[in-house]
Amino acid sequence: MRRLLTGNAAAAWGARLARADYVPAFPITPQTEIIELLAQWFDSGELRGRLTLLESEHSMLTAAAAAAATGVRVFTATSSQGLLYAMEMLYTVPGWRAPFVLVNVSRGLASPITLESDHNDVLAARDSGFLQFHCASCQEVVDSVLLAYRLAEDPRVRLPAIVNLDGFHLSFTREPVDLPTAEAAAAFLPPFESHGIGFRASRPVSQAVAVLGGSAYSYFRYETHLAAEQALAAHGAIAAEFAQRFGRPHEAVERYRSDDAEIVFFMIGAFATKAMDAVDRLREAGVAAGLVRPRLLRPYPAADLQRALAGRRAVAVIDQNLSVGKGGVLHGELASVLYGQPDAPLLASYVGGLGGRDISAEEFFQIARELQDAVLAGRVPPPRLLYTAGELRQMRNLQAIAAAPGIAGARA
Amino acid sequence: MNPALRRMKDLPSTHLLGAGSAMCAGCGGLLALHEIYDLLGARTVFVNAASCMTLLASYPFTPFRGSWLYTAMASAPAGAQGVRDALDILIGQGRLPPEEDLTAVALTGDGAATGIGLSATSGAIDRGLDFIYLCYDNEGYGNTGQQSSPATPLGARTATSGGAHGHAASKKDLFAIWVAHRPVYAATVVGADPLDLARKIDKARALTGPRLIHALAPCPPGWSFDPAEAVEIGRLAVKTGVWPLKEYVDGKVVHTHVPHPRLPVEEYLKRQGRFRHLFEPERDVQVLARIQSQVDAYWAEVCA
Repeated sequence: MRRLLTGNAAAAWGARLARADYVPAFPITPQTEIIELLAQWFDSGELRGRLTLLESEHSMLTAAAAAAATGVRVFTATSSQGLLYAMEMLYTVPGWRAPFVLVNVSRGLASPITLESDHNDVLAARDSGFLQFHCASCQEVVDSVLLAYRLAEDPRVRLPAIVNLDGFHLSFTREPVDLPTAEAAAAFLPPFESHGIGFRASRPVSQAVAVLGGSAYSYFRYETHLAAEQALAAHGAIAAEFAQRFGRPHEAVERYRSDDAEIVFFMIGAFATKAMDAVDRLREAGVAAGLVRPRLLRPYPAADLQRALAGRRAVAVIDQNLSVGKGGVLHGELASVLYGQPDAPLLASYVGGLGGRDISAEEFFQIARELQDAVLAGRVPPPRLLYTAGELRQMRNLQAIAAAPGIAGARA
Repeated sequence: MNPALRRMKDLPSTHLLGAGSAMCAGCGGLLALHEIYDLLGARTVFVNAASCMTLLASYPFTPFRGSWLYTAMASAPAGAQGVRDALDILIGQGRLPPEEDLTAVALTGDGAATGIGLSATSGAIDRGLDFIYLCYDNEGYGNTGQQSSPATPLGARTATSGGAHGHAASKKDLFAIWVAHRPVYAATVVGADPLDLARKIDKARALTGPRLIHALAPCPPGWSFDPAEAVEIGRLAVKTGVWPLKEYVDGKVVHTHVPHPRLPVEEYLKRQGRFRHLFEPERDVQVLARIQSQVDAYWAEVCA
């Protein structure tokens, strides 16, 4: 069934096709449409189960994991400040080994408080133990929710998963989406299997208990890490099955015209489609450009990235996030797996697209030129924060207004 | 009243909660928990917030015959919500037989109950969550060395109120906060009065909806008294009127014990090191009078 859906509706459809039993919820822009749709479907009986509106995201995540630990399939969603408000539980619940799916609709973090997208929110959850899928289209959103459930619930993994989509650019953009039929989705994603985890009168269990001492603590932390690493191989098999059933390959790393590229853009999320467009136009102009886009960020597909980038001459990592005092997060991550590799490319760092700020085609072309120069010079250019002279002029105007004397000042 | 709970000898002596836990000697909270667990039984899941009792279940040991889930300091009621909702879904859809059902019990200290977890508690009551909230109240952040919490009483010396007059604020009224939410049930108890406690647990467990059991938990290290005196301190809290035993049911607050004659609060205060500065080196007449007048005013209103 092919329908025009927003990214938010695609996320809700993913939960519906996964037959989520339970949705603990809390509204936040730009995510709210997801829980409104799910609430309608629970009310109309199109979904069986329950949606409970909690009083905060911290409670929402607690309820989500507690329900998953009781043995039902759980879906929940949040964004930005909400994800950070839940951060204590985000780090807590992966160790419960009770899988569920959380959709995050990316939005820049305060301060200043804002609404549009960048990836600092979801990257704050990077080390939490949640698996992370990053989507570039509405089709990918619905597919990734189904893939995320399969991977999270895999007996080798048993970890919760985040599916990330960009606020506004994806959440509120309608795209044609091929919706799997309920039967096809059910054939791909079997009913929730708790693998013995759950609270039952006949089978008392203690979950998430305290440990005393670093040895037991380390053991359980390592177990969680190793489970996440096992998710890499499991993802390969699950994505292959998905491609076979639905005809849409969703590999851990998407390579777009990159196999024979000299220079490569490296991005996650919806703005990667802007990079694809720039690649096409650069190719028309005779520049061997390409794009490499990790869909799976946790576990980190290191070997796939090493293979995809070996022999490329230069890579521009375009981070829609800012680790204050360090720079782009993805740049550092990629450098850590390319360092010392044979045929590793030069690696340049760009930060842009913060808080929904566009990255224009001209900027992609400029980055491409800088990469070509770097290849010729054999030297990496310094990191850049994307910002145009025009933007700065506009900003100066705003500052002039902000600093202008108000009514009181005028009177004085 | 359940006719089976008339006298002390009617109380269960099952001692369902195992011994040998990491609690302090003379812990008034543990005393209450022993008595409560005997009545609630093992068909429960205790959803715990960070507190002294988090260490009850330390891998690989637990004193509970039933289930346990540790959450975080602020969100035990939300954990109870997730468990309750999931059990309702599973049982409602026939995926779990009804006899597998459990009672969700949030187990927290006073710090979570009156402070960091209050929003989650308010939300859970507001949603009509079917759960029991058991707060053991040792009137401070006991697990971290008895800093002042919102439940710390006027004049008490804590690790963060070591000044001449002790804690400057009065104890936050958790019972009244619950009652303002119109829950199905709320009660104050103390382990030192096991019969009153048992009757209230018995009443609470027969009801459906949000239910508070607020247990005063005399704390030997935090309140500075000999562990052997824990029960006596609890009794004195009741006899001096400092800890009113009451319940809220059917929309009304009823006192299950009106101390008569009511002993002066000093009989309770002078037994605890946390109030010693009110007596030595000289009497702090002002603070003592304020504490007594607060208690007098409370009972004057009750008996009016």
